[in-house]
Amino acid sequence: MNVPLVVLLKEVRESLRDRRTLINALITGPLIAPLMFVMILNVVISRQLGQAEGPLELPVIGASYAPNLLEALRQQGFAPQPPVADPIAAVRARDAVAVLRIPADFGKSWEQGDPAQVELYYDASRRDEQQPVNRLKQMLERYSRLNGAMRLVARGLSPALSTPVVVAERDQSTPRSRAGALFSILPYFFVLTVFIGGMYLAIDLTAGERERQSLEPLFVNPVARWRILLGKIGAICIFSVMSLLICVTAFTVAGRLIPTEKLGMDLSLGPLFALEVLVLMLPLVLLLAALQTLVAAFSRSYREAQTYLGILMLVPALPSVLLSVLPVKTVPWMYAVPLLGQQVGITELIMGGAVTMAEVATCLLCGFAVAALTLAVTASVYGSERLAISA
Amino acid sequence: MIQVENLRKAFGKVRAVDGVSFTARDGEITGLLGPNGAGKTTTLRMLYTLMRPDAGRVLVDGIDAAADPLAVRRRLGVLPDARGLYKRLSARENIDYFAALQGVPGAEGARRREALIEVLEMRDFADRRAEGYSQGQRVKTAIARALVHDPRNVLLDEPTNGLDVMATRRMREFMRALRAEGRCVLFSSHIMQEVAQLCDRIVVIARGRVVAEESPEALRRQTGESNLEDAFVKIIGSGEGLAA
Ligand SMILES: Nc1ncnc2c1ncn2[C@@H]1O[C@H](COP(=O)(O)OP(=O)(O)OP(=O)(O)O)[C@@H](O)[C@H]1O
Ligand SMILES: [Mg+2]
Repeated sequence: MNVPLVVLLKEVRESLRDRRTLINALITGPLIAPLMFVMILNVVISRQLGQAEGPLELPVIGASYAPNLLEALRQQGFAPQPPVADPIAAVRARDAVAVLRIPADFGKSWEQGDPAQVELYYDASRRDEQQPVNRLKQMLERYSRLNGAMRLVARGLSPALSTPVVVAERDQSTPRSRAGALFSILPYFFVLTVFIGGMYLAIDLTAGERERQSLEPLFVNPVARWRILLGKIGAICIFSVMSLLICVTAFTVAGRLIPTEKLGMDLSLGPLFALEVLVLMLPLVLLLAALQTLVAAFSRSYREAQTYLGILMLVPALPSVLLSVLPVKTVPWMYAVPLLGQQVGITELIMGGAVTMAEVATCLLCGFAVAALTLAVTASVYGSERLAISA
Repeated sequence: MIQVENLRKAFGKVRAVDGVSFTARDGEITGLLGPNGAGKTTTLRMLYTLMRPDAGRVLVDGIDAAADPLAVRRRLGVLPDARGLYKRLSARENIDYFAALQGVPGAEGARRREALIEVLEMRDFADRRAEGYSQGQRVKTAIARALVHDPRNVLLDEPTNGLDVMATRRMREFMRALRAEGRCVLFSSHIMQEVAQLCDRIVVIARGRVVAEESPEALRRQTGESNLEDAFVKIIGSGEGLAA
């Protein structure tokens, strides 16, 4: 029988008997990400909905100085909360997202027709909490504009005089692209799943085998080591592809559990999307299997391999993080870089854009070329004398 | 037949094997005797091509190990120093895996496997997973998988290591049976009684060099000692590291 196949079948069979490998490859690895994702998205979405539609609750200091203003705000959905002693401390300590303070001379300035000041305490560096602040600002703005207009009218002037420029906003985001912004972390989850799905096998089949002293007897058999390596890589790939399949399927299901329609988004995480993701990820499956085996071959023990791979696991996050911090335009060469290619390709798919055949071909070709190169390096390390010596 | 000519291997400054030559013939048991660290394991590793010699030559049935390592490994059955089993596979499955890697056809492999399980008295545990095997059960399984392809030449690195008295006796009988089948048996040991009882030829190694290559009787004659233990001590030059 064909040697790589013999090795592959034996490794798969043995790994299927290992509960830890199974749990990691088939449950934790592929399901944690979708689960976390659904939970996070649900929280984010319901918070955004809550912030946008629910009553706006913020502490107000000096509410009695401006009863009319407060009443107008109330009509816009503002629910004033009891005052706090120190607005600055309250915002710093995150006791309040923002605090509105009305000075004692508010009424006097108003009577005299001077700009009457109110103070809004908040922290602009907390980017996720700006929505309530902006809502309150808009309410105040509206009140100010309305009263300004009324004053002009009272003096017989047209309110239009005070607004020489009007901005009409034309938001070009579509429901799908708005969903994409939320989903741009998804490609990393897929890479991570492939990584975790194969990791325990990769460690076990090389570092583990050496530690358990069975690599030396294995290499005594009259077969070239690269053929043994191919079998092992094949077994790793089978597990990581299984992980990926489960993960992609879970996301397809999860897509239905996310109340995206409430945000006016629509997602197409259907079977076609799953298939396209799978194809784009194939080179990474091989590349990661070869890379993990290479690391395992260099490590002196199982634990050492685990440590190194734990660090290596963070590398695929780089493109995701970089692209979400510096959103750059997708350019063709990006498809030629493994990891980056998958990142932009899958993001594009989620955003409802199309990935052309040429782009897919570039991604696959370059990915497999890099994977083959890594495999060659791994094979040469596998051929080295010291690999088999356990002691 | 195994011919070793002037083998050398150094690890940094340590000259583990420093010009070892000997011949192990078919139908004979050859013992590689030496104290700990003498270079026995390293010599054997070069024989089964796990390590490349710095100098010297290994011929197995006339085939140069450097020129055709795969052909050499096909002619060898090896119980290496490292004898790890696959713990999640049974003894039978462990043996089958090696039979497949040796390219033994399925039916032939199964026949050989069952014969070895019989001879080595492995029936009781052959279908149990190797997790939790006793030392003796592990050695038996390792030997069975090493011999499943019916090799002409058998290399055993300290085969009785960790075995109790009864298991050791049976191991010796097994090695005699291999000799009776006309195979070339080469094993290493630091136990002189064992070597004396079993071997047709003894190759004594100390500090990486062959210090004697004789039959047990010739060794005794040469040193003029009637007691074998005294003979070895005299040859090696000190009593260091040798267990009775
Ligand atoms: N992979 C290695 N790296 C470095 N030194 C080594 C290596 N293998 C063996 N040595 C050294 O070479 C010398 C011979 O070792 P070897 O294992 O061949 O001895 P041995 O005769 O088998 O001893 P023992 O009876 O203890 O098994 C020792 O000094 C050992 O420390
Ligand atoms: Mg040894």
